[in-house]
Order: sequence, then C-alpha cells, then structure tokens
Amino acid sequence: MKCAELLFSGQKVHHVTLPSQSEPCEYHQKKVLLFLLEKCIKTKFKQAINAVLLRPGILVLINDADWELMGELDYQIQDKDNIVFISTLHGG
Amino acid sequence: MPALCSNCSEKRAMLKRPKTGHSLCKLCFFFAFEEEIHQTIVAAKLFKPGETVGIAASGGKDSTVLAYIMKLLNERYNYGLKLMLISVDEGITGYRDDSLETVKRNQQQYELPLKIVSYEELYGWSMDAIVKQVGLKNNCTFCGVFRRQALDRGAIMLRVDKICTGHNADDVAETVLMNVLRGDIARLRRCTAISTASEGDGVVPRCKPLKYAYEKEIVLYAYFKKLDYFSTECIYSPNAYRGYARTFLKDLESIRPSSIIDIIHSGENLSVREGVKMPVQGTCSRCGYISSQALCKACVLLEGLNRGLPKLGIGKHHRLHEKILSQQPLTENEEKKLKSGDF
Repeated sequence: MKCAELLFSGQKVHHVTLPSQSEPCEYHQKKVLLFLLEKCIKTKFKQAINAVLLRPGILVLINDADWELMGELDYQIQDKDNIVFISTLHGG
Repeated sequence: MPALCSNCSEKRAMLKRPKTGHSLCKLCFFFAFEEEIHQTIVAAKLFKPGETVGIAASGGKDSTVLAYIMKLLNERYNYGLKLMLISVDEGITGYRDDSLETVKRNQQQYELPLKIVSYEELYGWSMDAIVKQVGLKNNCTFCGVFRRQALDRGAIMLRVDKICTGHNADDVAETVLMNVLRGDIARLRRCTAISTASEGDGVVPRCKPLKYAYEKEIVLYAYFKKLDYFSTECIYSPNAYRGYARTFLKDLESIRPSSIIDIIHSGENLSVREGVKMPVQGTCSRCGYISSQALCKACVLLEGLNRGLPKLGIGKHHRLHEKILSQQPLTENEEKKLKSGDF
C-alpha cells in the first residue's frame, strides 16, 4: 500500500455530493466512507476498505480535528464537512 | 462539535493525545510536543554546547519533523549546536529521487547545510541494481546494512560529532517486538537505548530525540504545521518482516494507546541473565568498521553481490568468510548454495 491517494485513483482531493436526504436520516461516517470507497476507488478495493475502515495507521481528520474527538464512525456528517485521511506510513 | 482544549479551555480541541488521553488545541499541542522532546534531550543529556550534529534526513515525516524541531529547540533553548542534514541516496528510482527533492527543499526552508551520500558512489551498487540481482526478498537486509554505514561515512565526511535520527516511539516498539520474535537477545538489549556511545573508529555516536514521540503526533504535528514532507512507502519494502510487527502494533494501539510506550518501557527494563552468550564487538578486517565477525556484514553482502553470489550475506555462512578473506576458491557446491536460485 502506498500513500492514501493512490487508493483513490491517484486523485488527492475529492468533492463528493452525498445523495440528497429525502427523510431526515443522518449520514454516519461509516456510510460516507462506504460511499466514498464505492465512488472513488477503482482498483485495490479490498485493500482500500481495510486501510480506511480498519485503518492500520491511517489518521482521519474531520474539519482538521482528530476524529477520535468526534465519536469516530458515529459522527454525523454535516454539509460542507472536510474529511482528510492521512497515511502514517513510513517514508524513511 | 468537538470539546474545548483541556489545557487552555479556550480554543477548540484538535486532537486526542494517545500518550495522555488529553484533548488539546493546536497551540497547546505544539507546545506540549516540543517541550516533551526538549525534556527528552535534556534528561538524556543528548548534546553538549558547541557540538556539530548531523540530522539523518530522508524527506519523510519523522526526519522532517526532527529537523524542524531540532532547529527550533536549538534556538529556543540555546543548545549551541551546529546542525546539518545528511541524506543517503539508495538509488531507488521513483522513490528516493523524489524524496531527496523534499530534503533539498527542507535545506532551503530550514537553512541547514546538506550532504548526500549515495550507495552507487560508496559501494558501486544502487538498490535498483541490487534488487535486479537478488529480487524482492532480503533486499531490505542489503539496504539496512548499507544505510547504517553510509550515514557514518557521510557523518565523517562532514566531521559531525553526533548523528540524530527520526526514530519514533512506534519504531522503537516495533523493533522491540521484532527482536523478541526473532530471539535476537543482543539487539533486544540495546534497541531501546536512546543513544549509542562511539563504538570505535568510523562509527559516529547516534541518538533518537523522538524516541518517546508517537507517530500519530508526529504526523499531526507535520500536518498542522504544514511541513513539507514526502509520504510514499518504499517500492521495495512490501515483504519486509517489520510490516507484520507494525500492523500488530497498530492493532494494539487502537485498543489501548499506551501499548506503544509500555512496550518501550518493557524493553528498557529487560535485563539479560548472566551467562547468555553475546557476540563480541570487533572490527572488520577489510574495511575497519565495527563487526562481531571477521568481516562486517556490509563487506560480506558486497562480496556476494560482486561475485554474483548474493546469498553469501543472508543467513549464516561464517565458515566461508575465512575462505573469502584468504581468497581461496569456493567449491562448486558452495557456489550453488549461494546463487540466487531460491531467493
């Protein structure tokens, strides 16, 4: 596995519009992640799911704050949220 | 909305520190992170005023944060150190050439002198050429052994008194685990030491100022400070044993973040029972570098490469080393064993 963007077809920034919410159901991180994965990852699908959901060394930031402060997968995504995945892999 | 910083109670908390569990804002985190490294440096008396210190720089997150913080603390606390960057060019196309570009930018950004030493110039072999001969198994052995020596050679050329490396808490904990798994008692005993004394001519003392810094915090520090670093994994490393130790450690960390510091603590307090046989440190009879054998590992690996017998340095072939030293021919059977067939 290389840097995280390589899993997402080499693209660094993705603007994702989530399907509109017909009912007042809230989007949870997990759904968004799965949506992102389906939408953006063309190759190495399994690896990517492992990398992001089980995240051995991938940090997740929501609006620049550590997602551990936001309830991780239970966080409810708001409009215009900015989600960043940072790989902690060795570049040494 | 995340909670407020547990330190200043004013700003929004931006991260949860794995070591302490505290939720801190950016500024309080920067301060705590920098102060802890300062404390580590002071408590272990890593440097003396007037020393020239080489920072082993790869362009990755750890060494970039190390270079940034060493410069910052040197100025903030008047360490009186002269800092330099030392990089090793292993000759890995598509990886090291790109990361060296990052180091060159760091050189400008931090205004530190930079020295690059390459495998090609030191050994006559780039990693690209080595992998062509040995394949993707054991290639990390060549790279690791050569890098250690290359850094020393670079340090000697620059006449530095000490080298500091970007090894972080996760790295040290991984190494403890690996040495346990391999039963390597000699390395297990020394791998948690924060600094090495000079072990002889040609070996420059080394230290790890980031030894107690979590990888997560290093990455977030670099991200929040917008430091310029390179974050691709080496293209030749997927088979390295370390990867398994790392995944295991990350799993432990997600259940209990203090695991990492606890493993280091365990490693630091292990004592080896008397009577356990330890290798005796001597010097290599060919190049004079420290070695517990007649020939150092780098010379054996190099001899193997140059003779087209790359397995010579992998595994135990000590008996053959004397033959090589006295330039006796190897038997056909011995040659066959050392060819790359089942690499």
